Amino acid sequence: MKTAEAIEHGTGTTAGGVAEEPLLRTEGLRLHYRAERGVVRAVDGIDLSIGRGEAVVVLGESGCGKSSLTKALLRMLPRNVATYSGSVWFEGRNIMSLDDETFRREVRWVGISMVMQAAMNALNPVVRVGEQVAEPLRVHRGWSNARALERAAEMFDLVGLPSDFLSRYPFELSGGMRQRAVLAMALVAEPKLVILDEPTSALDVLTQANIMNVLKGIKARLGTSFLLITHDVATSSEIANRVALMYAGQFVEIASAARFFSAPSHPYSRLLMASVPRLHDPRPPIHIPGQPPNLLDLPVGCRFASRCPSRLAACGDPPPVRRDAAGNVSRCWLEDGGGGSVARDPR
Amino acid sequence: MSAMPEMSRGVEAVHPTAGTSPEVVLSVSELSTWFALRRFGVFRVGDVRAVDGVDFELRRGETTAFVGESGCGKSSLARTLLGLHRPTHGRVVFEGRDLATFGRAEWRAFRGRVGFVQQDPYGALAPFMDVRRILSEPLIVNGVRGRAERERRIREVLSEVRLLPVDDYLGKYPHMLSGGQQQRVVIARALILEPVLIIADEPVSMLDASVRVEILTLLREVQRARNLTLAFITHDLSTVRHFAERISVMYAGRIIEQGPVDDLLDDPKHPYTQALLAAIPDPLAENATHDRVLPGGEPPSLVNPPAGCHFHPRCPALIPGRCDRDVPTEVEPTAGHRVACWLHGPGTGA
Ligand SMILES: Nc1ncnc2c1ncn2[C@@H]1O[C@H](COP(=O)(O)OP(=O)(O)OP(=O)(O)O)[C@@H](O)[C@H]1O
Ligand SMILES: Nc1ncnc2c1ncn2[C@@H]1O[C@H](COP(=O)(O)OP(=O)(O)OP(=O)(O)O)[C@@H](O)[C@H]1O
Ligand SMILES: [Mg+2]
Ligand SMILES: [Mg+2]
Repeated sequence: MKTAEAIEHGTGTTAGGVAEEPLLRTEGLRLHYRAERGVVRAVDGIDLSIGRGEAVVVLGESGCGKSSLTKALLRMLPRNVATYSGSVWFEGRNIMSLDDETFRREVRWVGISMVMQAAMNALNPVVRVGEQVAEPLRVHRGWSNARALERAAEMFDLVGLPSDFLSRYPFELSGGMRQRAVLAMALVAEPKLVILDEPTSALDVLTQANIMNVLKGIKARLGTSFLLITHDVATSSEIANRVALMYAGQFVEIASAARFFSAPSHPYSRLLMASVPRLHDPRPPIHIPGQPPNLLDLPVGCRFASRCPSRLAACGDPPPVRRDAAGNVSRCWLEDGGGGSVARDPR
Repeated sequence: MSAMPEMSRGVEAVHPTAGTSPEVVLSVSELSTWFALRRFGVFRVGDVRAVDGVDFELRRGETTAFVGESGCGKSSLARTLLGLHRPTHGRVVFEGRDLATFGRAEWRAFRGRVGFVQQDPYGALAPFMDVRRILSEPLIVNGVRGRAERERRIREVLSEVRLLPVDDYLGKYPHMLSGGQQQRVVIARALILEPVLIIADEPVSMLDASVRVEILTLLREVQRARNLTLAFITHDLSTVRHFAERISVMYAGRIIEQGPVDDLLDDPKHPYTQALLAAIPDPLAENATHDRVLPGGEPPSLVNPPAGCHFHPRCPALIPGRCDRDVPTEVEPTAGHRVACWLHGPGTGA
């Protein structure tokens, strides 16, 4: 089933039973912050792999730790780190063990690049967009200005911006164009993996759809892998090969897109899917009652238990992580997440 | 009933269903709000036509959603309805009275009868005020003198927006609340003077998907329970069906199509509305396998908008010589569903 899906959805390299070494793999990744009243367990034991040419989407509610996960992957740490541990294997080496200098030189931008949340509003207002897009090449590759600008022009073309926009200032671009420029910057040093933190959340539907088309094009043409962070389930389906759903610092489910969007197994995933509005569905979307737990004071057992409609006595203990033959993962006491398939027909 | 009068704009809206539908709370005719565009802050070099000739009415107990791309004039329209911008042209009539004729006392009464929920929940609440203080303020301003009376109304409205138990929230400051809870407080503040009309500018766009649904559901319940009239701005068309009776689609300062939700979503008439709807994905794994078909180009400048239909440069169904010259006449193919497009215009036979 996995193989069939993978081929059908063009994952290509991740197909096949015997997995080749993924492009990126984390093991027990943790990032905790020190706060006044204790420790914030924002990233709390993340095991995730991303194949070559694969797009993995991380979904989750606000505050569940999505941005913190990207910070942990790219080692962009604030001062108040309490714990930063686990391993991150990228192209076969554990980049957690690199010193900062090597990490900066060999991983950031050239191996893994990132479009940060709200990055399009963080462009330097007094520097021409082209210069900013070319900068990683000058800084990380030591390219000449002219050569870097030439490459920036190619990237503009790739993301669908006219090359005369290179000499414009950020304020002369619309939100969607700025987002494309930021994307061009992330791609300019030809990284293997691009991390995108909420790349379309601030944009309207047409611009959003446009950016997703651009991402699909890049994925198909360059074979770039993507880690896309969002809370927008419908938009995530525009690119996802696999979906990882995060809750209170951990993944509760990781599944192929086909599986996640039509028949997810974790109760939280099901509720999430039922909360997604659909244009032509006569049934109203249903919100998930309650609130996520405080990351300062997490329950011992299942973190979702207090909101779970299928709660059992066992849920007071930490749930097992189940992995099926196709590699789908669910962190739940229920064998199949509570029985039955999702309430909504995928079509 | 099927076609509007022959003049393209500047014609009083015909109300084909006036006999049966509920009373009009607010009506807008030929409304334009232009902002002077100045060079060096001095010389007027043109106008930003943020709202450029719109007609509609809001009826008692109905919810109308205004949708459209960023910068199309939605907030400018909302602010004009609230009396925060003076219309450049046309009228806003609230409960039968033109806002332009209001004096001080009328404005104060108006502020009590029309509630406003602004876009950004994180910026909407003063950080140094607790919930009790945030909700007391409008009561004090509107002359509710008795402390006990204020307390009673604050508790009532907090339970209406389901911040329960109320005692847990009265003393909280905004930073102690989640985005969804803050937005409930904003809604409570809009409700506390018992308005007949609420105008909400993107009340949920900053919130998580599930919280969005929660807040929209809440707004819907309150609106029904109080028989409120609600106008909300959104760019999320996928939620509109369940939370509104009518939709108005805006493009570059104009309403290009408006109608009952089901009608408009299932049978959109304007190519722009069709494009907007086609851009919205349902969460299906197949989406990743093909590109979405989208109109090219960018929304036009509001300073020098294209002649004729503002959408014509991006329109896949452009009729040359027509759409690029004449502003389309608004027609009404089915009751209450109005569209301004030459494809449906009189005399085209399309
Ligand atoms: N430097 C920090 N110190 C202490 N707590 C932090 C820090 N950065 C983030 N947090 C907390 O960690 C949790 C996770 O934050 P994070 O920004 O990773 O969430 P997110 O899933 O990206 O949310 P959103 O969808 O709102 O962007 C939140 O509770 C947040 O308040
Ligand atoms: N007070 C003002 N002075 C001058 N121009 C303005 C003013 N307010 C808005 N505009 C301009 O009017 C146009 C419409 O803006 P408006 O904020 O109404 O759009 P919107 O549809 O609400 O967009 P968004 O979805 O981004 O909130 C924009 O070009 C904006 O720059
Ligand atoms: Mg984030
Ligand atoms: Mg606005």
